[in-house]
Amino acid sequence: MAAVKSGAPAEGSLLAIIGDEDTVTGFLLAGVGNVDLRKKTNFLIVNEKTAVKKIEDTFKEYTNRDDIAIVLINQFIADMIRHLIANYAKPVPAILEIPSKEHPYDPSKDSILTRVKIMFGGD
Amino acid sequence: MSQNRYVVVPTVTVLAVMKARLVGAVKGHALLKKKADALTVRFRQILKKIVDTKQSMGKTMRESAFALTEAKYAAGEFRHTVFDSVETAQVRVVAQTDNVAGVKIPKFEHIMTGGEGKMGLTGLGKGGQQVQQCRKAFLKSVELLVDLASLQTAFLTLDEAIKTTNRRVNALDNVVRPRLENTISYIKGELDELEREEFFRLKKVQAKKKRDGAIQDAERHAKGVSTTENGAPADMSGTPEDSDIVF
Repeated sequence: MAAVKSGAPAEGSLLAIIGDEDTVTGFLLAGVGNVDLRKKTNFLIVNEKTAVKKIEDTFKEYTNRDDIAIVLINQFIADMIRHLIANYAKPVPAILEIPSKEHPYDPSKDSILTRVKIMFGGD
Repeated sequence: MSQNRYVVVPTVTVLAVMKARLVGAVKGHALLKKKADALTVRFRQILKKIVDTKQSMGKTMRESAFALTEAKYAAGEFRHTVFDSVETAQVRVVAQTDNVAGVKIPKFEHIMTGGEGKMGLTGLGKGGQQVQQCRKAFLKSVELLVDLASLQTAFLTLDEAIKTTNRRVNALDNVVRPRLENTISYIKGELDELEREEFFRLKKVQAKKKRDGAIQDAERHAKGVSTTENGAPADMSGTPEDSDIVF
């Protein structure tokens, strides 16, 4: 799992974030962010100017990188690329939909939670 | 195939093989059923946890967002400082595997490497306390999210594993076992049929021999030859002209 990263102690995998400015700032402050030698980051800041294509590409890139174990994505962004997330079937990296500051968490939209609900017997 | 059975030659050897296979199928079915049950128990536990954790995630994220707002108010616009001071990740996750009834489930745990890096210096000028609090709040969120990710991965893996196991259980129960049973009963029927044919044949042979003997006796009587003249009794088995009966 642990891809050899330049310089850094190559131990453990990374978390990747696709989120709005505030969410990304918070997680970077916590020390999640990573920039490698080729200036490739493990986070994408999405604002109103970001194209959906760019989000899709980034999502695909993060889910295919083997040094990433978890992809955090804001729920409203996940809604933009819902078709990709719904078809995503791999267990690793795990996709986690998180609420953002402006958009409260809606459990009914979450891909995983809807499946959980079905398992429980559709209550 | 007219009936749901394997195409085999009905012999005793094949019967023994089929019986052995049936025993194997029954045993395998029992084992797989147990595995499926074990997985389902684990699955239900995880389901409950996922729902709980997802709900508490909403709360934690809200707290984190509020802490960020507080920090912004106190420290001003510091996000560019944050973006610029990203180097290598201090928070990482290690993946371990958990084993449930032969199914490997990845499990994540977060680890902190190195010191605080440059992030510790953010907001040194002003609002440092709020920034650090915000940092702590987000660390807490990360912790929770890693837990959630590990649950979610387990959920997906188990879901898949349960599906395949159930498919196998049902295949054994509904396809393989009836087919084997049908084959066994077919072979038994055929063998019984052969047995009856053989018995009937022997009975026929006996009847024909009796009839032939009676005819010969009658012929001798008609010629007026006494049975004692030859010095030997009329022994049917001793007569050389009694050839094999061919059907």
